[in-house]
Amino acid sequence: MSDFSLTSSSPRNGEKIVKGVLFASAGFSVVITVGILWSLIAPAISFFSEVSIADFLTGTRWAPRFEPASFGVLPLIAGTAWTTFIALSVAVPVGLGVAIFLAEYASKKMRKIAKPVLELLAGIPTVVYGFFAIEIFTRVFLKEWMNLEIGAFSVLSAGVVMGIMIVPTIASLSEDALSSVPLALRQGSFALGANKMQTTLRVVMPAAISGIAAAVVLGISRAVGETMIVSLAAGNRPNISLNPLEGAQTMTGFIANAALGDSRVGSLEYNTLFAVGLILFIGTLIINFFSIRLVRKYRKAY
Amino acid sequence: MKKQLEKSSIIGKSHEKTFGSVIFLGILWLCLLIASLFLLTLFASLILKGMGRFDLSLFGNYNNTTPEDAGARAAILGTLFVVGLTAVMTIPVGIMAAIYLEEFADKNRWFNRMIELNIQNLSAVPAILFGMLTLGLLDLMGFLNKNIVFGGALALSLLILPVIILTTREALRAVPQEIRAGSLALGATDIQTVARQTLPAAVPGIATGTILAISRAIGEAAPLLLLGALVFITYDPNGLTAGFTTMPIQIFGWSSAAQDEFKALAAAASVLLLVILVSMNGLAIFIRNRFAKQW
Amino acid sequence: MELEVRDHSSFAYSETTILEIDRLDVHYADNHAVRDVSLNIFANEITAFIGPSGCGKSTVLRSLNRTNDLVPTARVAGRVNYRGHDLYAPDVDPIEVRRRIGMVFQKPNPFPKSIFENVAYGPRVTHGRVSKSDLNEIVEQSLTRAGLWNEVKDKLDQNGMALSGGQQQRLCIARAIATNPDVLLMDEPCASLDPIATSLIENLMLDLVKDYTVVIVTHNMQQAARVSDRTAFFTAEIDSTGARFGSLIEIDKTDKMFNNPSNKRTEDYIAGRFG
Repeated sequence: MSDFSLTSSSPRNGEKIVKGVLFASAGFSVVITVGILWSLIAPAISFFSEVSIADFLTGTRWAPRFEPASFGVLPLIAGTAWTTFIALSVAVPVGLGVAIFLAEYASKKMRKIAKPVLELLAGIPTVVYGFFAIEIFTRVFLKEWMNLEIGAFSVLSAGVVMGIMIVPTIASLSEDALSSVPLALRQGSFALGANKMQTTLRVVMPAAISGIAAAVVLGISRAVGETMIVSLAAGNRPNISLNPLEGAQTMTGFIANAALGDSRVGSLEYNTLFAVGLILFIGTLIINFFSIRLVRKYRKAY
Repeated sequence: MKKQLEKSSIIGKSHEKTFGSVIFLGILWLCLLIASLFLLTLFASLILKGMGRFDLSLFGNYNNTTPEDAGARAAILGTLFVVGLTAVMTIPVGIMAAIYLEEFADKNRWFNRMIELNIQNLSAVPAILFGMLTLGLLDLMGFLNKNIVFGGALALSLLILPVIILTTREALRAVPQEIRAGSLALGATDIQTVARQTLPAAVPGIATGTILAISRAIGEAAPLLLLGALVFITYDPNGLTAGFTTMPIQIFGWSSAAQDEFKALAAAASVLLLVILVSMNGLAIFIRNRFAKQW
Repeated sequence: MELEVRDHSSFAYSETTILEIDRLDVHYADNHAVRDVSLNIFANEITAFIGPSGCGKSTVLRSLNRTNDLVPTARVAGRVNYRGHDLYAPDVDPIEVRRRIGMVFQKPNPFPKSIFENVAYGPRVTHGRVSKSDLNEIVEQSLTRAGLWNEVKDKLDQNGMALSGGQQQRLCIARAIATNPDVLLMDEPCASLDPIATSLIENLMLDLVKDYTVVIVTHNMQQAARVSDRTAFFTAEIDSTGARFGSLIEIDKTDKMFNNPSNKRTEDYIAGRFG
């Protein structure tokens, strides 16, 4: 037989090194997550050595800088929850509406207009949304046009503007989910004599429900984590109240505001930041976990 | 005798035009209208409010306690520096990580799945937490003053790294498997295949995704707030440890000020920022339409 | 139905075995897809694998240049010997195997690069630095051999994907022979082409076999009859548990296979009674 060998003609060490570097780059992401946890946990532990966890989680007065200080985090959580709720009350209907329109009704021309609108909305920096909220929405729209008895800061203003900010997130993910529903399902419905609205509401949307749920959960995640809009428009007075015309402080708002002040590194005030950050991280972790599960569920279905 | 449903008439009013259907479609249009109207109102009001300050002083002057003399020069340069450094720090790492995950990782190994899950999670972590991470890292590295260009770039890099990884992976995934199969069948190694076929074919998609990620970095303020970027900067940033501020931060500062003249500045700066971002988005879309391969 | 078998009266059948397949088994995860296949491929002959869909022809073909390695769930058992060397020995580098045993795919898959770059790619990656003049020569020779040179010599910079289907496939063939392989595997190369393009490629095969050994999988019995020197007939069987698997029924010189097959099932397939 001819003399040749099928073993590697060259050791290709360079390639092995390249693969190692590629793997390290990917592994780096794990390092980041560990880093976030570590950067939060160390000061948080320090915090909890001075403030009991029970007081923290169940207290209803948030006054870390007062004498005497009070560290009940519920007002911050309430602020976050309330602004998130209002934001989603705006974002889910409008976002779903746009999504259904794009997926089921829009002509090519309308898509050319609608998609850029969504992309533009998605690209606007949140600080600009925040500025709009206080300067135009609160001042002009709510006060002048609607004559509401409202202060400079309100949960309503922050919530509504944040809602518009989230519309592209919900719209694009929902549209994705609706478009993935096979044409065959729609055709089956039409063949039975249903019209478009009935088909959309009774066949397509239920089929896309996990994807839509994923979109909503992602929207919640964005609302919970948003800082600039609430910082500018919701104010810095921690408050547990159901009145949307009042201001409130969210977890993110507190962190931003506290960062602007001068706290000595290592002091209780400084560590308070990280304790709240830890709650925020754990909260969004749980929300994201559900979102990823839901996305997997809907991707698998088709 | 079986009960039969009454047969509908095939002539008469279309079932697409029932009262409910019309209202439904009307509501959908209303949703689109709300979104578009908001966009229009936003742009119009910003332009109206900022019109007076859209002049050279916006670009040339540093911030000032007197609004008439204030400008965004430090903020503009700060954005350029910090985001430029961010791009250099994060784009290569992001692309390399994506290549590993998409082309080389065995999807059945537990650590690869964990990395994937981790990246998906990181892309949805609130931006401000990346600021906290950066605070901790800068502490470790021995920096007492956190308001440094390197710190800002570090925070933004960590923030957009997951986004770059995700969009690059999508671009790689879009390259058909037949291209890889053809290359391997000729006796090329997997590295050669990725470097010479897969990656070049994915470049338009990667470029689009990267530009959008950088746009995100340009508009971010929360993590930088934590680093103390809301300061009065009256000089051009001149090094990795120079103090800095950026346009979103400056806008935040001016928005919170009491005087109305500062609000006009905030509006003008917002318009400038939006122009920059819309141009970048336009560039990304142009690249996508012009160069993306039709497989 | 009369099958037009190529005239082999003056054909010198080869004595040299290039590939020896001995009791080949292929599993995809738990599915034992191909069982106990044994056959020989001889030098400078066209061997055709025929049979109905889903009976493992492509799987066996892919085992010959370790392309099955790219399928994560695939496991190969048995021996495949290439010129006496076991292709699946632990120290064998699949890259080296594929440099000697090339493959052309069912759907033409040119790279999204220029025609020149498509053909030059193989030599570049297998031989590192190749001088520009050498490359020019290799590209011209390969395209000429593939019958494409005259059609593209003035537009070598044009994107390979802009060619017609038949031209793309000939480009893929030119690309495959540019690395000077020993064996050429072709997996239903004409399946997506029109009859004119198909006959161009069939004539091409008859020319190529003078320098290479060709193994082709085809759905088209007439094509096998027209073109091949030996034919292997595969079909799907069902075992005692109800699982389907592919197996080799018969392999023989083409004239004998089509005019006087030994196995009744071969005869039934050729007569069109199933498939």
